[in-house]
Amino acid sequence: MKALSRKRRHPLAAVALLVMGLMLTGGLYAVVTTVNEAKADTTTYSSEQVNQGEKLFVANCATCHGLGASGSDNGPSLVGVGAAAVDFQVGTGRMPMQMQGPQAEQKPVQFTDSQTSQLAAYVASLGAGPAIPDARYLDGKGDATLGGELFRVNCAMCHNAAAAGGALTRGKFAPALAGVSNQHIYEAMVTGPQNMPVFNDANIPPQNKRDIITFLNTIESQGSPGGAQLGSLGPVSEGLFMWIAGIGIIIVFTIWLTSRTS
Amino acid sequence: MSSATQSNYKPATRTGRITDYVDQRVGGSGIVREFGRKIFPDHWSFMFGEVALYSFIILLMSGTFLTFFFDPSMAESVYSGPYVPLKGMDMSVAMNSTLHISFEIRGGLFMRQVHHWSALLFTASVAVHMLRVFFTGAFRKPRELNWVVGGVLLILSLADGFTGYSLPDDLLSGNGLRIIDGVIKSIPIIGTYISFFLFGGEFPGTAIIGRLYVLHILLIPALILLMVAIHLFMVVVHKHTQFPGPGRNDRNIVGYPLGPVYAAKAGGFFFIVFGVIAFFAAAFTINPIWNYGPYDPSPISAGTQPDWYIGWVDGALRLMPGWLFGVPLEWNIPLPWGVNTLSLNVLVPALIPAGIVFTLLFTYPWIERWITRDDREHHVLDRPRNAPTRTAIGAAGVIFYCVLWAAASSDLIATHFKVSLNDVIYWLRALFFLGPILGFIVTRRIALALQRKDREIALHGRETGRIVRLPHGEFQEIHAQLDEYKRYRLVSFESPKPEQGIPNENGIVTKREKRRSKLSHFFFEDRVAPVTPAELAAGHGHHEEITAGDGTKQVSH
Repeated sequence: MKALSRKRRHPLAAVALLVMGLMLTGGLYAVVTTVNEAKADTTTYSSEQVNQGEKLFVANCATCHGLGASGSDNGPSLVGVGAAAVDFQVGTGRMPMQMQGPQAEQKPVQFTDSQTSQLAAYVASLGAGPAIPDARYLDGKGDATLGGELFRVNCAMCHNAAAAGGALTRGKFAPALAGVSNQHIYEAMVTGPQNMPVFNDANIPPQNKRDIITFLNTIESQGSPGGAQLGSLGPVSEGLFMWIAGIGIIIVFTIWLTSRTS
Repeated sequence: MSSATQSNYKPATRTGRITDYVDQRVGGSGIVREFGRKIFPDHWSFMFGEVALYSFIILLMSGTFLTFFFDPSMAESVYSGPYVPLKGMDMSVAMNSTLHISFEIRGGLFMRQVHHWSALLFTASVAVHMLRVFFTGAFRKPRELNWVVGGVLLILSLADGFTGYSLPDDLLSGNGLRIIDGVIKSIPIIGTYISFFLFGGEFPGTAIIGRLYVLHILLIPALILLMVAIHLFMVVVHKHTQFPGPGRNDRNIVGYPLGPVYAAKAGGFFFIVFGVIAFFAAAFTINPIWNYGPYDPSPISAGTQPDWYIGWVDGALRLMPGWLFGVPLEWNIPLPWGVNTLSLNVLVPALIPAGIVFTLLFTYPWIERWITRDDREHHVLDRPRNAPTRTAIGAAGVIFYCVLWAAASSDLIATHFKVSLNDVIYWLRALFFLGPILGFIVTRRIALALQRKDREIALHGRETGRIVRLPHGEFQEIHAQLDEYKRYRLVSFESPKPEQGIPNENGIVTKREKRRSKLSHFFFEDRVAPVTPAELAAGHGHHEEITAGDGTKQVSH
């Protein structure tokens, strides 16, 4: 202690303290930001897959994403987006993109599963990023109630409380989630495709992502307890239905009741 | 009744003795004689008031059922019912009991859906009924005050709908209440105090559901019942209006008596309305609160809208920009007691469109009466085409409402028609101003064109498409003349002429008179005069010999 207190007025003491502080902050930051990428190394791809993936990439993706996936004016760099992003974008048919627009639309899937995973292997080899999620988070056996609460807090403002989808600005939209596979839902959360924000593992831990998936599976499989859902769009479709079907049927009856047999 | 006491009628059967006993004491036959002979004219559009009344009765019955099980408390509870995605969730007792009604009470979900669907039908049929009354001019003397009663009923039904919509304390209705809270708080200076008073503290507090419940099940329904009683009493006093037709005038009424024809029809019609609502409730879900989850001030769902009848106010809020031409619409104004915020971006859209609509609605009978100086009683209706300017004003109002309603669903329009949300808002902002004007012009032109068509048909008959070659080689198309009954409808209407300002006793045309004259010109300058008997005679003589053999086309009834 005495030695320390003697040297605290040393000219280099302030510098040393600053260096220590910066290193601590930087180190913590590095730890925190890599939480999301911690799983990046869990899946391994063979070099054969990477090579095949590169060939596919050059033939199908490089026009926009650039050779070596370094990006161009027409598409972002894919270094560090991870295998999960490729699996989501290609596996749901959003990539390769049909045309530029407010956002990539879903369309029939263009590649086979093995080709998709070869592309994923190639992109994953370019830099660490979110990997294909572990199957134990995709079983849909989590806590549906907690998942529902998390969904309403984090997702419902764009995707609608019943996951029926919703509008964003300038032609962009959040799609309906019925029929989306558990793996793709998980990947969307960790990679934030299109206009979706990233929900990394520090934000929503994998266990809670599993809960959200469980909630979505539950509401999709249980059906509607009260009858036809009218698109789960709330009061707009209910009001339109009453005006068109309800008032329409009533008018038919009023005409019948006031018609005279002549 | 007095005559009944002296009758020496001796009923022969047991049933007869019982009914005679009752009749001598309550005078039932007198009531039946009076009301059973009330004449009602026949037209399908006259039945929407009835639809409103029936759906209100269904609301009272299904609502009573719901009160047996609903607990309007905002105390915290944990859901432990059968709905899996909410099991173990914290929620208010109100939400919990609504879920209980939906999933555990036998028939509870059905009754909830009956209640909500009939609320939508109630407001919709009130709206259609008012539109019918407006477009046919049934609000004219002596029915102006009943029109006002109807307007009050409309506002009361909106209020009852909104308070009921908020009761389950689910996410959707909670967001709706938050918007109401925002609108109240935007009232300058006193807004915050009113909000705190209403919610018993900062939003959402723990009092609002209980307060809305009392309004929803007690105060507003009682006022509605009172107004319905006044409304129907005045209908009985004024008698029903009728469409123009042969033998119908302002001093008579042509139709069927209430008993037995209408009593049977009306009774049956109640069950038809009930049947339609019951079918909807059984087959189509409405307000699935389990999807929305319990209210929590942090989340909000995409596609959050109020029910259709409140939707237009929400639409106005969505259309209003926060900045206009680089000028913010929200100011912090320093006042002696501190800084107050003036939020015109909320205050203006929340109050102005509704203010315009309801002011015009309540004053319109007197506006038209002032312009036409028409002080006669009207029991024969106008066909909408025969009052082009009124019809056009009504159409403009409907378009104004529909633009705002569409604005409330701007996000759904964007996703379902794959257009940009921003563009939808820009178009609707333009339509907000232009739509009613265009609607006015187009509707008035259509009405005038229909009048011209009527005039043409009255004068020359209907083109049959049969071409006849005359002996000297000329070709002519045969026009089928209308029978007199049909023609009567086309020629027997009033078409007021624009009036010059009338000088007062000092010989001066006042500014007020000049304004009236201007409005009179605006209303009646474009007019198609009804066919006069002289014109009719002239028009017929021309075709007489050709159409003489064309009696087959005439339909009588």
